[in-house]
Amino acid sequence: MLYDLVLAPFADFGFMRRALVGVIALALGAGPIGIFLMLRRMSLMGDAMAHAILPGAAIGYLLGGLSLGFMTAGGLVAGFAVALLAGALARVTVLREDATLASFYLLSLAGGVVLLSLKGSNLDLLHVLFGSVLALDDATLVLLVSASSISLIVLALIFRPLVLECVDPVFLASVNGHGGRVHLLFLGLLTLNLVAGFHALGTLLAVGLMMLPAVAARFWCRGIGMLIATATGIGMVSGLIGILLSYHSGLPTGPSIILTAGLFYAVSILFGSQGGLLLSLIRRPHLRG
Amino acid sequence: MTQTAIRFHDLTLGYDRHPAVHHLDGTIAEGSMTAVVGPNGGGKSTLLKAIAGALKPLDGRIETRQRMAWLPQSADIDRSFPITVFDLVAMGLIPSRGLLGRIGRKDSAAIEHALDAVGLNGFEDRIIGTLSGGQMQRILFARLLLQDAPILLLDEPLTALDSATATDLVALISQWHAQGRTILAVLHDMDLVARIFPQTLLLAREPIAWGKTSDVLTPAHLQAARQMVEAHDPFADYCARVA
Repeated sequence: MLYDLVLAPFADFGFMRRALVGVIALALGAGPIGIFLMLRRMSLMGDAMAHAILPGAAIGYLLGGLSLGFMTAGGLVAGFAVALLAGALARVTVLREDATLASFYLLSLAGGVVLLSLKGSNLDLLHVLFGSVLALDDATLVLLVSASSISLIVLALIFRPLVLECVDPVFLASVNGHGGRVHLLFLGLLTLNLVAGFHALGTLLAVGLMMLPAVAARFWCRGIGMLIATATGIGMVSGLIGILLSYHSGLPTGPSIILTAGLFYAVSILFGSQGGLLLSLIRRPHLRG
Repeated sequence: MTQTAIRFHDLTLGYDRHPAVHHLDGTIAEGSMTAVVGPNGGGKSTLLKAIAGALKPLDGRIETRQRMAWLPQSADIDRSFPITVFDLVAMGLIPSRGLLGRIGRKDSAAIEHALDAVGLNGFEDRIIGTLSGGQMQRILFARLLLQDAPILLLDEPLTALDSATATDLVALISQWHAQGRTILAVLHDMDLVARIFPQTLLLAREPIAWGKTSDVLTPAHLQAARQMVEAHDPFADYCARVA
């Protein structure tokens, strides 16, 4: 019974195994990135960046069709460009970075859809917006695994300055001149993970595997190490359950994965041990002073 | 003759071309301990910020050769970030260990020692969000301790602290002075300045007086400092004193 439900789909079908590997790779990279986005109060920025990738991917598509290389390169270039431009504009104009990004992503989304419509069918548009987890080929799988490996290695290297830049940016700048670059590197990793995620989950949902596990984790632990581990775990399990759910019920896979993560989020809000709703409703006696 | 730790050359600092510190000239001797006093908006914090290198002068320049540690006013710390006291204090080691350096057993001992010195033994694993304002300031002093810098810039280090905490931190500052470090501190407590600080700079946009504390903190000087025009003049002309 359990075998039929959980193991058989993976034992029987190669595309299911690929989907699982892809989602696990994505969750590994997205977990820590999502935690940092949340702690830096940049949750919505991740969303904006995800949209910013679209026109790049669309231009790649116009040039090379549904080609992995073209669309990846286009997405990366567009993502970096928007991140840098928004940061630069925020520094030289009165608008803050979030406002600038919000304008950019609306334009990106509209521009991307227009670009895609120049050549593509609605099916292609759906593929770009919502991804196709069940159709990952070898090359895409290599890309996903490479992206998460790169981001884990780079994160390990910049972990300390990154944390410091969140906690006390003035101090980082005063003891080390390279502090500002940490932020750029982080934006680079964010873009890389979003582009990887977009192949599986599409530009609209890629950020879901980042943010939902991260905000759910916040309800269970405090320390940053535990937060990252929990978020990554929730991401992986959501991927597994989402794929199975979609397999057994015929629901679209990407949205199933994100909805599963959303379920974890809802459960965490209700029952979380760190500020969950239920705990705050129960009046517990205060401790001795 | 004592060496110069910091030298100001016709220094003008400000924001949006409006000067906050106007034509400051002078030197701060190595190993000296100077209080910077003056009315709010008088440019005290701006001066420290510029010495720390976080603000570019509008005119003139600042000369320093030594490493310095800067404690900004109400430090811009995200207290909601889940980081432990130990890790925050450990950041004081960055100047000596670099951003990636390993924190060895000796360093851990140094961190414990610094926490001891500020009276927060046993707080290592606390998340900073759970600390009170005074405890946080002690933590920042522990971090300063580890930075081990020859020049210390302290911006209102004792504001909003209870007397016990303030006394402890003043003792630390005096200790640093005794070790031969150069100290520059923005303060509002004139009694404390008169008691502890040999040198004082009275700053009200223009330097009003600078020298031995007893010579600076005279009623006439303090009166002059109070006369400072608070508001920017939106129609201010170019300063005629530009060299």
